[in-house]
Amino acid sequence: MRHIISLLMENEAGALSRVAGLFSARGYNIESLTVAPTEDATLSRMTIVTVGSEDVIEQITKQLNKLVDVIKVMDLSDGRHIERELMLVKVKAVGLAREEMKRTADIFRGRIIDVTDATYTIELTGTGSKLDAFLEAIDPAFIIETVRTGASGIGRGERSLKI
Amino acid sequence: MEVTGAEIVVRCLAEEGVEFVFGYPGGAVLNIYDEIFKQNKFKHVLVRHEQAAVHAADAYARATGRVGVALVTSGPGVTNAVTGIATAYMDSIPIVVVTGQVPTPAIGLDAFQEVDTVGITRPCVKHNFLVKDVKDLAVTMKKAFIIAATGRPGPVVVDVPKDVTAHLTEFVYPATVEMRSYNPVVKGHSGQLKRAVQMLLEAERPMIYAGGGVVLGDASPQLVELTRLLGFPITNTLMGLGGHPATDRQNLGMLGMHGTYEANMAMQHCDVLLAVGARFDDRVIGDPAHFAREQRRIIHIDVDPSSISKRVKVDVPIVGDVQNVLTDILALLKQAKEKPAAAALNAWWTQIELWRSKNCLKYNQSGAIIKPQYVVEKLWEVTKGDAYITSDVGQHQMWAAQYYKFDKPRRWINSGGLGTMGVGLPYAMGVQLAFPDAQVACITGESSIQMCIQELSTCKQYRIPVKVVTLNNRYMGMVRQWQEFFYGSRYAESYMESLPDFVKLAEAYGHVGMRIDKPEDVEAALKEAFSPALKERLVFMDFQTDQTENVFPMVEGGKGLSEMILAEEL
Repeated sequence: MRHIISLLMENEAGALSRVAGLFSARGYNIESLTVAPTEDATLSRMTIVTVGSEDVIEQITKQLNKLVDVIKVMDLSDGRHIERELMLVKVKAVGLAREEMKRTADIFRGRIIDVTDATYTIELTGTGSKLDAFLEAIDPAFIIETVRTGASGIGRGERSLKI
Repeated sequence: MEVTGAEIVVRCLAEEGVEFVFGYPGGAVLNIYDEIFKQNKFKHVLVRHEQAAVHAADAYARATGRVGVALVTSGPGVTNAVTGIATAYMDSIPIVVVTGQVPTPAIGLDAFQEVDTVGITRPCVKHNFLVKDVKDLAVTMKKAFIIAATGRPGPVVVDVPKDVTAHLTEFVYPATVEMRSYNPVVKGHSGQLKRAVQMLLEAERPMIYAGGGVVLGDASPQLVELTRLLGFPITNTLMGLGGHPATDRQNLGMLGMHGTYEANMAMQHCDVLLAVGARFDDRVIGDPAHFAREQRRIIHIDVDPSSISKRVKVDVPIVGDVQNVLTDILALLKQAKEKPAAAALNAWWTQIELWRSKNCLKYNQSGAIIKPQYVVEKLWEVTKGDAYITSDVGQHQMWAAQYYKFDKPRRWINSGGLGTMGVGLPYAMGVQLAFPDAQVACITGESSIQMCIQELSTCKQYRIPVKVVTLNNRYMGMVRQWQEFFYGSRYAESYMESLPDFVKLAEAYGHVGMRIDKPEDVEAALKEAFSPALKERLVFMDFQTDQTENVFPMVEGGKGLSEMILAEEL
């Protein structure tokens, strides 16, 4: 099962490597991992997407909690939540494809953020599956480069992760 | 008044009431050593290899319950220390290791004797710190001692660059430090405690399984009281030996791969299992699927939530300090109107006595060759069961665990989790320094002892009169045993050729050496070694033991706990 886990940790040097090291040392999967400071500069918030059985996910959350730098851990998948991921795609935009690419980007509510005679760079946000769908909707031969942030997540409604 | 970082390190250690710092100097820690030279609050013990410094600090912690301290230099000092740190980590031992580091401007430039200490030690510490600003030094030292000693204990590394030890700041040592990210659970959840008590009272075939957490958590008196009150059978893990007295009738001995028949059978067939400060590890319950074949309800008390339901699913998890939780359970049991079902319990004990009557640890000391078990039994007799016993790793370790009946906690000092050969002698040093008047014996083998044999020199320098009991079978015994059982008796590289003359070796280091070849000389040799005449001397006893003796009972790796090979079956 896919799980999206959010955590708050001390914004200190080496904190990220403690989490990454834990996952590699114990053989847990990481599908994506994003991290950045929060509005409180002493705190970092990390979002980890992982896959594992219920037993493994239980161990992952316990092991994360055990890290001395980690303040709080929440499995967003335990309740209603929202996920978003940002993708930048550089595509060939020449001839007929130039118009077609713009149309497809519009359908997916993408924005073209950089233009040259031959290329567009499209910004797209959404769930991972929406970003996948966009990549499937365009001709792979036109893709020059893609970059994705990995998922960020937040609980719906009153559900929140804070200290 | 402003003082240097080096002085701060030394004053922090003094503030913590540290008695001994085990270490080895080097370039990056010279400022700290200079401050050590000028002080008289604690004693520095110069080892001959950094690994031994950490082992000795680790043993000091195991024996006393206080935080052990080691000090090593950067680079190779750290890499040598890693084995010791990992050993302490696996057994949850509270130590603080202060490591020198190259000056901050040189970090990352592949400087002389530079390693990424924080990176290298990260997977084998409870936590580690790199102190980049001298203003953070005192508070970091305080955090290190708090983190090492509280919750599930463990090693903490404080990496101090050389320039930081020279920088100046005011010294203020905080009485305590709040850490918002670190709050170990102490008290058990009251609802879970009630469920646990109910379950214990309903049990028909109960079993108590107590691990190293009981020893580390100083919960032995509570465990003994609980076991008496309930009348239940109890087994100790390798790490838990002494947590409940081995000579008590309710104690079924150690369980696990080389556990007793009765302990393993009772563990497998019980209907309610109370696990206290133990972690169901692979050497203890064997194959978890086989263990799960029998229906039983499990109560698990542990200070570390991640130890619960890791290998075995449990019914009543209780996170908390074992001493606290046992105290609360005792109070609830005393209030309860119900009592354990006497008839069922009697029937269960009848069954257990039947298992016990197999006498699975019996061996035959006949003929002209010394049986290793006999040496351990005689050692137990000669020391009146009251010695501190350290061991190395292998067959001798298992015989020590099986035949030296530990009645008190913190008397059995061994590397259970990591299984580090070479710990025995430095462990004995750490214990003997902590308890100068106690009898301390290191039960070892001719292979293990050579992994840290250089410490005989440290023992000479500080007049550490430990007694080394070498069960010399001229083989890496446990390797040989596995090769006999599972590799068609092809003894690949397990024969120790070119062994030194240990008597001469001990004498070369300035100690007393003895070689014992005959069974009839065993007791006399031990008595002499522990006699007042040799009280101040290190005695190295080289017992020439049976080369082909194996450790029984044995549960083959990956097999079920009740699938034991017994001595008589071969």
